[in-house]
Amino acid sequence: MSSLLAFAAPLLLAAEDGAPKEFSDGGVLAEWAWLIPVVPMVAAFAIVFIGKRSPWKGWGLATGSMAFVMIYGAILFISNLNKGITYEGSVAIGEIGTDPYGHTLGLEWGWMVDGLSIMMYLVVGLVGFLVFTYAKGYMEGDIRYTWFFASFALFGGGMLVLVSAPNLIQLIVGWELVGVSSYLLIGHYWEEHENSSAAIKAFLVNKVADVGLFIGAIIISLSVGSFRFTDIMAVIAEGDSQSALARFSFWAGVAIFIGAMGKSAQFPLHVWLPDAMAGPTPVSALMHAATMVTAGVYLIGRLFPFYNTEFFADDTRYIIIIIGTLTLFLTGLLALVANDIKKVLAYSTLSQLGYMVTAMGAGAYTAGLFHLFTHAFFKSLLFLGAGSVIHAVHSNNMSDMGGLRKYMPQTFWTFLIGSLALAGIVPLAGFWSKDEILASIQYAGQNYTTAQGGAELANFVLVVAILGAFVTAFYMTRAVSLTFFGEYKGHGHPHESPKIMTYPLIALAGFSVVAGWINIPGVIKWFTEALEARFLAPGDHHPEAINFGLAAIGTVAAVAGIAIGYFIWFADRETQKERDKFRIPVLYPLLEHKYYIDDFYMDGIVRPLRGPVARAVDWFNGHIIDLVINGTGWLAVRIARVTYWVDQRGVDGVFNASAAATGGTGGLVRLLQTGRIQQYVFLIVAGTVVLVAGFIIF
Amino acid sequence: MALAITFGDWISEIENWVFAVLALVMVYSALRVVTSKNVVHAALFLVITLGGSAAMFVLLASEFVAWTVVLVYLGAVIILILFGVMITRAPLGFETRLSHPVRVQVGAALASGALFVLIGGAMLDAFGDDPLPAASATRAEEIGQSLFERFVIPFEVVSFVLLAALIGGIVLARQDPTVEEEEVLS
Amino acid sequence: MIINQFLILGAALFSIGVYGVLARRNAVLVLLSVELMLAAVNINLVAFDRYLQDSIAGGQIFALFVITVAAAEVGIGLAIVLLIFRNRKSANVDELDLMKL
Repeated sequence: MSSLLAFAAPLLLAAEDGAPKEFSDGGVLAEWAWLIPVVPMVAAFAIVFIGKRSPWKGWGLATGSMAFVMIYGAILFISNLNKGITYEGSVAIGEIGTDPYGHTLGLEWGWMVDGLSIMMYLVVGLVGFLVFTYAKGYMEGDIRYTWFFASFALFGGGMLVLVSAPNLIQLIVGWELVGVSSYLLIGHYWEEHENSSAAIKAFLVNKVADVGLFIGAIIISLSVGSFRFTDIMAVIAEGDSQSALARFSFWAGVAIFIGAMGKSAQFPLHVWLPDAMAGPTPVSALMHAATMVTAGVYLIGRLFPFYNTEFFADDTRYIIIIIGTLTLFLTGLLALVANDIKKVLAYSTLSQLGYMVTAMGAGAYTAGLFHLFTHAFFKSLLFLGAGSVIHAVHSNNMSDMGGLRKYMPQTFWTFLIGSLALAGIVPLAGFWSKDEILASIQYAGQNYTTAQGGAELANFVLVVAILGAFVTAFYMTRAVSLTFFGEYKGHGHPHESPKIMTYPLIALAGFSVVAGWINIPGVIKWFTEALEARFLAPGDHHPEAINFGLAAIGTVAAVAGIAIGYFIWFADRETQKERDKFRIPVLYPLLEHKYYIDDFYMDGIVRPLRGPVARAVDWFNGHIIDLVINGTGWLAVRIARVTYWVDQRGVDGVFNASAAATGGTGGLVRLLQTGRIQQYVFLIVAGTVVLVAGFIIF
Repeated sequence: MALAITFGDWISEIENWVFAVLALVMVYSALRVVTSKNVVHAALFLVITLGGSAAMFVLLASEFVAWTVVLVYLGAVIILILFGVMITRAPLGFETRLSHPVRVQVGAALASGALFVLIGGAMLDAFGDDPLPAASATRAEEIGQSLFERFVIPFEVVSFVLLAALIGGIVLARQDPTVEEEEVLS
Repeated sequence: MIINQFLILGAALFSIGVYGVLARRNAVLVLLSVELMLAAVNINLVAFDRYLQDSIAGGQIFALFVITVAAAEVGIGLAIVLLIFRNRKSANVDELDLMKL
């Protein structure tokens, strides 16, 4: 572990270089920022109750609340650029006991107004407003139109609760709120079984990861004695290697990161995101590209000093950077074989999330969040463009598209801008943020040479990240050429989408061009300075000047990707019969089966558990209840059967035993579901007796 | 939960004599309600139990509630139940199939016995031998004042419940018998 | 008089009522058992009213409400039993397993 400490030490020095900055408390603007999460939440509930009677059947309320957030976020963002804001408001709700060190753990609701949360307010408000506007056209005529906007507004509110959280409890509340609205929205078209399974899958995979978040939150808050981020940061600022937090920090860091891996869909918990594309496209654009999936990155950003300070979870960053790198490269390759245009974009999102996490792991706070910021614009643009195409051709498959350039010029041009921004072409947004990530990784590789292996790892990651840039350009070329070039292969006559859908596209295309310009190394440092406004400085490194060499390498990789893609997919763009012949023998089947991860989860974890565990639980239930209801007469038989079961297991091995258990109890399980009210009443009485007796005895 | 009061002290009060007799009668007839092999007998034993509860209310100086029980329960509800017995053609004579088989009865007895032990134990633990304070009978005037001042909204709500029950009962039960059912009923 | 003599009488009646609800097959008898449970509750309510010497006689009022609602419940319950009897030619609760999926 000592080798890892050296990895972090220079970062601390970097933080201590400059004089401490003065921040304003934001004044009235920050005091009233609690409205930001509250307004969309109120809108969500208002839509549920009066949505169908309100103007535009709920759309107006939802979009109005997002417009409010956008305007408030923009005002905060501008004043934060002017002078950094750090404000924390908290309202005590209750107390939930004391920790082992005697601190009282207070339950609070509050709102954090600092550079990080203001940036997220702006992203959620701006992208949310544009996506909500677009959704009016996209969802027109949907049978659950009002409910859609209710869930969507609930998501907006939940995300803002998460972002504004000044303590871990509120963060978890927001975390679960976005989880549940994600579930509702992925399963929006629940009439098809596939879609509801996708919703359940997303929910369950996230739940698995959430266990990590809970454990991490419990460890941190118990060892600090508070749920507040400011209190946690205060302990970190002391830098005491003997503090309780420092002693548990490695496992807390890993556990929190597992939570982030679920929400931000990092390898190998990424499997839910491609399936989540079953939801309506605006949902994919806002939740599964721009905001919700970045919650994990946001969480690491919020706790960044924890991950970036010596004696604390700095050694966790090895895990973070490895997971991020695996994600960015492996999922990028998957985008090469997907036929569903939304899945291509989903894999691309995974890959870009991998970049963000890698940057966080390399100690580049600003670079990771800057990529989050720019990615929100161009990826939601790409999703909305894909939605516009799907709206026109009524199919998700790129094999039903082609030649749409002629039919839908506005969609084509905006999609092209988004693709180039994603590929990282100068001077679009993606170039600047990806370049900053590459530069940060390179810095990590050059400056942490004292760490054993740290430098080699960072250099390896740098190579993979550049390869990832190549792959990104490669698959986007494929998507653009299959969708917009060649001949139309679908049915009917595609047409340009209505203005309410194209205007958001144009606006997002504008942001995809200019969003990168607010953080040009050595020229404009607005974004860097904006994000530095927080109670404990992140203490990361950011390049002072453009690294032309690295920028050139990144650009060459992107251009090479486009060029190779051009030769493969443009060569036969008229017929496109050849496109599926581009197959590398071993790699292609591997990619087509998504590295067999889904199969592994299903056959290796879900199926083996589902049968025996469910059977065992049912067996236990049926058994115990029967013992009581049928009196002692049956007891002997049951015990004999248990003895028999144990005996059989000893004699005939595991297979025979489980078979015997299944056979012997199959009939008993049915007794639970008799439909007879008296039996249910009996269970209620017995349950009450046991419960009350438990209370009295203990 | 040891009681400071001895049985001798307790039984020396004349009210407790009355209570003991009434309680024994009530428990016995309640047991007969749930074990009787004759539906009409069960209903009549319920009359005895409820009459006993009315007497208990008198003992507790709550005459208005006592007379309400006599009027509503003994006067109306039991008549309704007896009508129900007759209309559903529940067997009027002795019938062994009125209860579940013995093993279910044993299970039910175990469950309700556990419930009794639990509730009784909890009550003994909580109240021990706290005496009931002596009080004069609550007059109907006080009940009326309280009902129409403090509890007027629940009173109105209950009137709606009764109305709904009235309408619901009519809707559920009103059905002209078909020819086939005429044969069954006749 | 101590309060517990009434409370334990109530507990006994209530448990007997629970037994009846669980053990009886005939729907009318199940209803009778429910009435027993309600009577037990009334005894408890009035006993507590006396014990606490409530100035607004809340316990007694509650007992009155319970009696009222019980009357409504018996009416509806019998109507349902009647309906089930018409449709199924039986008033035995163990033959009613419509709640089974």
